Amino acid sequence: MADLTTRFAGIQSPNPFWLASGPPSNCGEQVKRAFDAGWGGAVWKTIGEPIVNVSSRYSSVDWNGLRMMGLNNIELITDRPIETNLREIAEVKKQYPKHAVIASLMVESRREAWHEVVQRTEDAGADGLELNFGCPHGMSERGMGSAVGQVPEYAKLITGWVKEVARTPVLVKLTPNVADIRAIARAAKQGGADGLSAINTLNSITGVDLDTFTPRPDVGGRSSHGGYCGPAVKPIALHMVQQLAGDAECGLPVSGIGGISGWREAAEFLLLGCHSLQVCTAVMHYGYRIVEDMIDGLSNWMDEKGFRSLDDLRGLSLPRVTEWKHLDLNYKIVARIHAELCIGCDLCYIACWDGAHQCIHIDGVGTPEQLVAASRARLAQTPAVVAVDTAHTPVVRIPRVDEPECVGCNLCWLVCPVEGCITMDRVDTGKAAESWAERCGHE
Amino acid sequence: MTNAHDFEAQFAEIHPPLGRREALVEANRCLYCFDAPCANACPTHIDVPGFIKKIASGNLGGSATTILNANILGLSCARVCPVDVLCEGACVMHRYNQHPIEIGRLQRHAMDHFYASGRRLSAAAAKPGRVACIGAGPASLGCAALLRQLGYAVTIFDSRPLAGGLNTYGVAEYKLRPTDSQQEVELVRSLGVEFRLSVEIGGEWRINELEQQFDVVFLGVGLGGTQPLEIPGERLPGVIDALRFIAEYKTRRGRRVGRRVAVIGGGNTAIDAATAALRLGAEQVYVLYRRSEAEMPAFQFEYDLAKQEGVRFHWLTQPVAIRGHETVESVECIRMELGPPDRKGRRQPQPLPGSNFELQCDMVIPSIGQSRLLDFLSQFRDVQLAGGSVAVNPATGQTSNPRYFAGGDCVNGGREVVDAVADGKRAALGIARHLEALGG
Repeated sequence: MADLTTRFAGIQSPNPFWLASGPPSNCGEQVKRAFDAGWGGAVWKTIGEPIVNVSSRYSSVDWNGLRMMGLNNIELITDRPIETNLREIAEVKKQYPKHAVIASLMVESRREAWHEVVQRTEDAGADGLELNFGCPHGMSERGMGSAVGQVPEYAKLITGWVKEVARTPVLVKLTPNVADIRAIARAAKQGGADGLSAINTLNSITGVDLDTFTPRPDVGGRSSHGGYCGPAVKPIALHMVQQLAGDAECGLPVSGIGGISGWREAAEFLLLGCHSLQVCTAVMHYGYRIVEDMIDGLSNWMDEKGFRSLDDLRGLSLPRVTEWKHLDLNYKIVARIHAELCIGCDLCYIACWDGAHQCIHIDGVGTPEQLVAASRARLAQTPAVVAVDTAHTPVVRIPRVDEPECVGCNLCWLVCPVEGCITMDRVDTGKAAESWAERCGHE
Repeated sequence: MTNAHDFEAQFAEIHPPLGRREALVEANRCLYCFDAPCANACPTHIDVPGFIKKIASGNLGGSATTILNANILGLSCARVCPVDVLCEGACVMHRYNQHPIEIGRLQRHAMDHFYASGRRLSAAAAKPGRVACIGAGPASLGCAALLRQLGYAVTIFDSRPLAGGLNTYGVAEYKLRPTDSQQEVELVRSLGVEFRLSVEIGGEWRINELEQQFDVVFLGVGLGGTQPLEIPGERLPGVIDALRFIAEYKTRRGRRVGRRVAVIGGGNTAIDAATAALRLGAEQVYVLYRRSEAEMPAFQFEYDLAKQEGVRFHWLTQPVAIRGHETVESVECIRMELGPPDRKGRRQPQPLPGSNFELQCDMVIPSIGQSRLLDFLSQFRDVQLAGGSVAVNPATGQTSNPRYFAGGDCVNGGREVVDAVADGKRAALGIARHLEALGG
């Protein structure tokens, strides 16, 4: 059984799965229930001077009948007094000494204000601090959150103030709403940060109500941009995490956040260099119980791959990310359709014709338009006999790849609904590996 | 069957409508195949993935228009089509996760929305050319609607008081009600089609009058009544042919039935009559079929339904006489065995001498296929028949008399509603080309 014990920037937890700062970690009762369910740590919902919220607060992007592919949030930081939050942190730590409790903090940009909140929080027993330089909505209008995280000098300055008094590890939570996230990370490092959390939410408007014309979420006929998260943002988060983990100049450990909803995403973030993993939207969707499969799935996968601890696998994918110019121009794959698995939907055919390189064909016809016209011209009748062969795909519906023309783009394989029906197979070009950089003599 | 309430309950729809969410989930399951097999299997070539995609996108009005542009009887077809052997039978999902997309119920969903919204379709600007459609069933409705949408003037004639043909009078009530059929008739009427109902062609309307007033005649007359059994006792009270039986219980919202009912025949209409007799209160319903289960022409799902409802099947059984004094008391039957195959490859049933037996019953419903309207069709000059059906060019529906076109059961010998609509559409396009050629 793989060991999931996590050590990140001096903070320990029984597993890498932490609640991200947000609604699921709003109060002590919630965090205790989360720990009982199996979560290894929790970043407390951002503590600061209590705010006033609006209703409604969330909106989502549904996709193809699935709910909450992406979630958008205009809720601000905690609306509860600092002392209440700190008292509950103390209670939780007493009851769950081995679990990680990290306090997310956001106060006005004054040295004394930061000194005070840091000292009080550490006195309450938090294992670490996460500076919220990321929230893109509401608080940024008041000079906090992403307003700090978008300017390297501010980020460095405030991190420095915190480090003047902090006794526990200091994490800086980064906003993705910047041109290059590494610039802020480097500034945080210069300010003395011990680790990074990335990413916070993306600026977003999820949609517009087509009857009222009000974007969502609707607050009395008006709306405001929010922070976008959930499964839809995972690819953006993975890229940014890779940028941070692969940046020698920064060199800080990273807690990965953004669209993690199961063990598979967790493994991906770990392979790209993360030390711990933070989850919010998936918990908001399904509850704390999802952590059971995250732990179970991750450790089963690690056992299968022979990884004994998280250190064994962390960052293994980082060396495999490079600039385009270093990719091998002579590596060649082609699509192969395995006729015995084909169900005859012909989605690969039309995708190749309209969206790729016109190298998948239905034998006997020229263009897709000719194919449709021929089908429409055929007179169909209700069969007089009952027998309908539903088990076998008619041969005429199984497309054929013109291999010499196939550029190996993957599109047909991506659209095919049947696992294993299309495979992308390596073909030997007989040429030695050569990158664009090599060809241009830049290497 | 005592009151209207019981009738509605007994004949409640077999396939209840999908709710909005259910429809969305089902629509999203569709893979949106290219050159989709379901659409190709549909005789009217409804763009099935297209209308399903529109349900998924929340464009229900557009979904309905997509359906109706291909098939003006989209509502009745959604309910009566044998989807298992058509669109749903062709669905690739059979080979993916086993359950085909519920195309029929999704189509129903879009159609219900359309009729609830009160929307109508638009006709094109008027063009010269007048067409008479004889018969107000699916073939003529399909033909007339498209002709009006192309701009031609159309009048539909029918001898019965209600339009719709078998959709109104002959489909099992739990699949389609006369009111549903009338909604479709009203849609066709709203396009500007004129209906002349309770009118006999060849009687008060003479053929030469018809030919004087119309440039083209479309024959969508269907088939005649149920064929006689030609056995003793056939005229006894208590014997009623299946089509009359179904039309009566549907239009009168109920009908008296016997306690023990024998339905004779193995087709879909026989099943409709048998299950209706049960719903109307019969204690025991038998289906007598002279061949065996394997040769039965009814669709599998119809047979399954009848078995589930409690109909008892007697295979290899042929009635030789209906017995009774004042009314039916029993059917005398003889056992059959299957002999060698005939020219069409069907094994011919032959009586087993001395195997006669008596089946007690007080009602007999013959359902051994519809007769051909040979006398009626012979009135139309130069319209040639082949094997009892009107002979047409399959691509245009044109008969041997260029002014006459035909489609539906009188051409295909008796198929589904959707086949009749497809015939009507093809004929409408053929008629339009014919009229254009005349005009030019």
